[in-house]
Amino acid sequence: MQVQSEKFKAGAAKSLNNPHLLKAMGNLRNRMVTGRAKSILELDNFEEIREAARATRDLALANLDYLLEEFERNATARGTNVHWAETGKDVNQLVLDIARSNNVRKIIKSKSMLGEETGLNHFLEASGIEVRETDLGEYIIQEAGETPSHIIAPAIHRTKDEVSDLFHEKHKLPRKTDIAEMTREARMVLRPHFLSADMGISGANFLVAESGTTMIVTNEGNGRMTTTLPRVHVAIVGIEKVLPTLEDVAFILRLLTRSATGQSISNYLTFTTGPKQPGDKDGPDEFHVIIVDAGRTKVLDSNLREALRCIRCGACMNHCPVYQNIGGHPYGWVYPGPIGSVLTPAFVGIENAIDLPNAATFCNQCGVVCPVKIPLPDLMRKLREKQVERGLRPRSERLGLKVWAWFAARPTLYSALTRIAARLGHWAGGRTGLIHSLLGGAGWTRDRDLPAPQGKTFRDLYAARARRRI
Amino acid sequence: MSARDNILGKIRGALGRSRPMTETEAAALRAKLRDHPRGPQPAMNWEPVSRFRERCLSLSSTVDEVATLDQVPAAVGRYLAGSGLERTGVCWPEYAGLNWAGAGLSIEARPAGGDDKIGITGTYCAIAETGTLMLLSGPDTHPVTSLLPETHIAIAPTTRILVSIEDGMDLLRRERSELPRQVAFVSGPSRTADIEMTLVLGIHGPYRVHIVLVTG
Repeated sequence: MQVQSEKFKAGAAKSLNNPHLLKAMGNLRNRMVTGRAKSILELDNFEEIREAARATRDLALANLDYLLEEFERNATARGTNVHWAETGKDVNQLVLDIARSNNVRKIIKSKSMLGEETGLNHFLEASGIEVRETDLGEYIIQEAGETPSHIIAPAIHRTKDEVSDLFHEKHKLPRKTDIAEMTREARMVLRPHFLSADMGISGANFLVAESGTTMIVTNEGNGRMTTTLPRVHVAIVGIEKVLPTLEDVAFILRLLTRSATGQSISNYLTFTTGPKQPGDKDGPDEFHVIIVDAGRTKVLDSNLREALRCIRCGACMNHCPVYQNIGGHPYGWVYPGPIGSVLTPAFVGIENAIDLPNAATFCNQCGVVCPVKIPLPDLMRKLREKQVERGLRPRSERLGLKVWAWFAARPTLYSALTRIAARLGHWAGGRTGLIHSLLGGAGWTRDRDLPAPQGKTFRDLYAARARRRI
Repeated sequence: MSARDNILGKIRGALGRSRPMTETEAAALRAKLRDHPRGPQPAMNWEPVSRFRERCLSLSSTVDEVATLDQVPAAVGRYLAGSGLERTGVCWPEYAGLNWAGAGLSIEARPAGGDDKIGITGTYCAIAETGTLMLLSGPDTHPVTSLLPETHIAIAPTTRILVSIEDGMDLLRRERSELPRQVAFVSGPSRTADIEMTLVLGIHGPYRVHIVLVTG
């Protein structure tokens, strides 16, 4: 997927002026945030499970080489073809090669964010293969020619009326306005594709090392269909998704589904181990797993490694005050919200996503809700530091900080100037104590007033207090 | 160098391993894989059968109960009549011998196709914690039958209602030497909330999941 993160500010401004989007995002807040809060109460030891999940993800990352080799050995023993891809381009080529060697004309896909990273659909379509997304949200944005704006609810930014228009135009059927009827229509349109596709592509929520198993979580059942109906299946999976055992998957699932949608469990947990077995009447003849690096080893080798613990629940974005107001598109790549503000610069280069680590209030809601305790604000701060070290910050900001540093290194002068500034500010606030328009910072006061300084600096107050104490 | 060697090499570089893991390190991991210890479990102080029923209902499944397997066709007939549903469908071969015709049903023992309305399956075991059915693929336990039809009817003996997914995994480890191609945990009808976060039942999989518990 093309990186558009350098246009973050323009995209965010556009989002804030889009009433449809604000309505759609309100739904997210109501459902996901409340849902998670309620469902974690079902677990009396939520924090204990969360700490164990963090430790297990760290253990897996610290032993990735061993676990991936173990996965490969066990998967191969069950007839799975295991491939390795260093780049997104390699992933696309491998998938195309598998498709070509099996005379594949139509592919059905279960949602894969890694597939979004590599631009897999466009690549396959350009090679003359039909690709159908089957997750309802992913299907909507595919038909609309858009990119996902949320990792588990890709069409969250679209209102019912917009989807109604889209289905009417694409399906050439009488317009439906009821959400249940629109959903039924999508089922009817997609069912024949499930039955006629030659190949299924999915991601995986986890790889299980001990058994060579891939595992997918879905509510719709499309993941189970994609791995069951076509004669060839390809799962594309990042190296970081491996867990040691089935028991590890089982206990982490208690956190994943609750953090994602507030469900105690998702409808379908599908564990797949190899192709069709002797005697089986359904299941694919060939089962391929492509293990993908695409920037992940670089992150493993950096001070952002904790980001690889991510189990892609989306809780960080659901709870982020920035994401809640601008939606996912301004982030400009596959992963929006706090985790996107870390993964995007880490995967595509910090110079291509300057604004993202700064698009945060550092309220740490993301850190509080993350089921595997990724310290997201800390990681964004590390990225900010790197921006400064590499001289990537805007000239005006660098100059401003230099000027400030010059004054700050001269305490007497600094103290005199701040005293004057505090008084001026107090005067500017007038009787209301609010500054309506800030000179040289109009953006700050466009939508709200700035509380005026009270007239004295901290240093003055501190000195006065020290005198009183004596 | 292959992509595999490059990726594993970069991982080892990032982890600060100048060589493959030492024997002690590997032994610790091998023990974890061999013993597969459970993660911390939440408190589960409920009676499994009633918990299972309660969770199924909360997931929009419906639950019925009969004493013996022979009584299943009549119970299924009552359910279909009560819901105004068609009376033709397919079942797993192990239920071919039940007297479906006697209950006014026309049930064939074969894997479901895209147009079959009712799919009747067994259950490997059921999970009380979440109201979940554990289904294994196999020559006579076709995954398509619980997936393609609009109505999925699952027959589950109450003796196979376990507490957690971990218990299901344990049972599988005890009874089978290896995992079947597919292990599916099914929790209620297929659902989506992709349009305005509004929950709709029955997107790609069944609209309805009806569970017939057999107590005998």
